[in-house]
Amino acid sequence: MPFSLTFGGGTSKLPSSPVSAVHARQSGEKDLLDDSPTSRVSYTLDSSLDSVNKVEQTAEQCAIRAGFDEDTIPHIGMAVREAAVNAVLHGNAYDTTKHITAAFETTTDSLIIRITDQGAGLNPETIPDPLAPENILRGSGRGIFLIRAFMDEVHFRQLHPGTELTLIKHRTPAQPGT
Amino acid sequence: MSMKVQTRQVDGITILDLSGRITLGEGSVTIRDAVRDILAKGSNKILLNLGDINYIDSSGIGELVSAFTTVKNSGGELKLLNLTKKVHDLLQITKLYTVFDIKDDEASALAAFTK
Repeated sequence: MPFSLTFGGGTSKLPSSPVSAVHARQSGEKDLLDDSPTSRVSYTLDSSLDSVNKVEQTAEQCAIRAGFDEDTIPHIGMAVREAAVNAVLHGNAYDTTKHITAAFETTTDSLIIRITDQGAGLNPETIPDPLAPENILRGSGRGIFLIRAFMDEVHFRQLHPGTELTLIKHRTPAQPGT
Repeated sequence: MSMKVQTRQVDGITILDLSGRITLGEGSVTIRDAVRDILAKGSNKILLNLGDINYIDSSGIGELVSAFTTVKNSGGELKLLNLTKKVHDLLQITKLYTVFDIKDDEASALAAFTK
């Protein structure tokens, strides 16, 4: 299944990819992320690594449009990538019958990204500290840590089933809206 | 861009010149297979040249750690060479910078292996 897209509470014609929606203005099509300082777009995607890559690219495009600096943009992209990997790999376990959603909202204050899955749920309290000496040589378990390192706020919400991760990066006064 | 690996041998040390991205489903499996092949051939001194690695995620970091422990448990040594700023910063954040033996030039990296 491709993905459906919802913008501003309505449903739009499906673009070929999330990135094409962000780039729509450049190609002369209807711009789904308008030029106002605030915007909102959301996608429903397959549980695949291709979806992870698309979500990461879209996050970086949103960060660019929100005026974040060149050091912060890849950090936002990586945090969102890690959240999408969690949703696809740990949440939905690559189940082709399950989907993830990725919502990108730019407000006057912040860039807000919400990633949801349809998995069994994630309790953040049970995630081991990857910096602890007993965990430092583990081959996994650093995704949530990196999300928290790169974003200003990270919130978990249980959906029964599934988990919603909300990632927030605050815009500073030096970052004018596009 | 997916990850590419080129292998060289210098003074009994296997150098893997890596380029591209080390991420889930891209470079991470490639590194695992490459290290496994080297160990299977009887070599256990490995230098990972990360100079052309432009992106690494938590899966990639985990794969570097797994490679390090696999080689160490086999009685060998694995060192890192030429970290980009992005990879350097990630290893600092994750407190792995002091776990790995990291060198900035190939000659000193080769000299640091146990003879």
